[in-house]
Amino acid sequence: MNLRNIGCVYRKELTEWLRDRRTLISTVLIPLLLFPLMMVGFSSLAVIMIGKAEKETPKIMVLGGEDSPAILEKLRSVDNLEIVLTTDDWKRKISEKEIRAAVEIPKNFEVSLEQSKPETVQIYFYEGEIKSSFGANRVEKFFKDYRDNIIKNRLSARNIPGSILNPFEVKQKNVAPPEKVSGAALGGLLGYMVILLSMTGAIYPAIDLTAGEKERGTMETILSSPISRMDLVLGKFSLVLSASLATAILSLISMGVSFALLGKSGAMSSKDAAVMQLHIGLPTVLAVFLMALPLAVLFAAVLLTIALFAKSYKEAQSYLTPMTFIVVIPAVASLMPGVELTPKLALVPILNTSLVCKDIVAGTYHWNSIALIFLSTCVYAAAALFLAVKMFQRESVLFRS
Amino acid sequence: MIEARGLSKRFRDKKRGEIRAVDSVSFTCQPGRIYGLLGANGAGKTTTLRMLATILEPTEGTALVCGHDIVEQPEKVRSCVGFLSTATALYPRLTAQEMVEYFGRLNGLDEAILKKRVDDIFHRLDMNGFRDRRCDKLSTGMKQKTSIARTLVHDPPVMIFDEPTLGLDVMTARTITAFIRECRDNDKTVIFSTHVMSEVEKLCDAIGIIHDGKLLTEGTLAELRAKYGEQDLEEVFVKVVSPYHSNSEA
Repeated sequence: MNLRNIGCVYRKELTEWLRDRRTLISTVLIPLLLFPLMMVGFSSLAVIMIGKAEKETPKIMVLGGEDSPAILEKLRSVDNLEIVLTTDDWKRKISEKEIRAAVEIPKNFEVSLEQSKPETVQIYFYEGEIKSSFGANRVEKFFKDYRDNIIKNRLSARNIPGSILNPFEVKQKNVAPPEKVSGAALGGLLGYMVILLSMTGAIYPAIDLTAGEKERGTMETILSSPISRMDLVLGKFSLVLSASLATAILSLISMGVSFALLGKSGAMSSKDAAVMQLHIGLPTVLAVFLMALPLAVLFAAVLLTIALFAKSYKEAQSYLTPMTFIVVIPAVASLMPGVELTPKLALVPILNTSLVCKDIVAGTYHWNSIALIFLSTCVYAAAALFLAVKMFQRESVLFRS
Repeated sequence: MIEARGLSKRFRDKKRGEIRAVDSVSFTCQPGRIYGLLGANGAGKTTTLRMLATILEPTEGTALVCGHDIVEQPEKVRSCVGFLSTATALYPRLTAQEMVEYFGRLNGLDEAILKKRVDDIFHRLDMNGFRDRRCDKLSTGMKQKTSIARTLVHDPPVMIFDEPTLGLDVMTARTITAFIRECRDNDKTVIFSTHVMSEVEKLCDAIGIIHDGKLLTEGTLAELRAKYGEQDLEEVFVKVVSPYHSNSEA
């Protein structure tokens, strides 16, 4: 192994990589812009859309109630409701968003109320449609207020205090420190993002440096130089690893900035904003990266090996695209509620790192598991790198036609 | 100097089974002479030259290049060889100068010597007008000059050319043939493969005719003309290859 030659290959690959517009887009631009656009953009859009929906005066149809004129009158006098004429096709009108909701007032409702007979007011709406939900909520609020008022009057008529209905309160209070709260909420996401992005960041350079070289005809050029195949593959591998880590780091910076902006934008309630503010110190970030590093090595070596096998850029892309799913499945599995780190799971690559990152962000350090995961991933990574070097020595792979 | 001793290369093909691309080929190339390896497409020229350049490993036999064994000391062999073919492309996003410097560094040249060598080659090949231009922006002729500079940067005593003029226009091909002659004049050992008879007639001091992986005959142009009773090299080639060609076709 000649470090000078490895460095020489690395510098050359880095120069070419930085001059490639596609690289700048996939490694720098997309990770930097993806999160601000996704988080700030989508949440601002959601705020605008919700605000717009809240400002709308929903059209409501009343079914029945002719025998309860007082309630009907009160309902009509509510400012932010528009009562429309009743028609038989009210279900279709709700589905087609011509009206937002319909309320069915039981027969002889006012008489029943006076006689304290139990009745049900049915509200019909379009589930999942936000404006319909807002309309239905306003109608529900009207009837709940009306009901509470009746209860109040009945209790007062009997000289009974209102507190009889509420003898005590039940409340929940968080005692976990904020970093653990945010870690539990977002820790899994952080590990997932680092894993996924370190893989996606490696795909394009892995293809470009192997199948791309074959396609451009530069593979034979470099093989005719005195550099050993091992130095060549290590130089190329270093670049793929750098790209992978660069994408992950840039994405994390972008994610951090996006969360900070989102917290300050007022798009969320102060409680949600507090949860979204990841209380992460530099040591935690470094610990996550340290755990993700052998996994990034594993990705870089595996992707390089698979892409080298391909004859062309297109063939390599078709091999590597399914790899994203292979990585996403265990990474997503770690986000599932109840999935905890066990000694067996600590040996499953990707899933183990994702789970341990979740714990680290939440401030929990299980040192035995950390050591087991780090070492097992290092072993997998070393095996993958060894395989990559072996593949670079196989003529049937280098000159596959 | 190149001494090939029983060089053989077999490949495995899923459909065709085992293929003997090169079969016990032996020849010697002397310094200051151009050895032409003449053969049709698929005759085994490229595989032979790739073995000499240690890009491929022989299945049997070996060769000595500058006294180094191609199987035992492949890296030493590559450091004394300049290999040029139409398949040895340039890195598109490097400039001409960066391309040449990269190969100089891989050949172990230190920075001071490399700078002097690059300046000298760029001046000699009249490349200063495009030394900072990226390779993907170069014309075919400029690319060929850059490839030549790449092979020359470490001043190798042995030059291997695998069909270097294939697909090139007349003017660019002339640049290459002029360069090959210059290598001979500088006392380098040159081996050159082609299927173009006129190039062999113009350039080669010794000729080996290869067919179906076997070296069928070799000698100087005059010796081959005398041996086969034909003045035209194409006729000589046909006479040499025909009996084997019909066999292999059958």
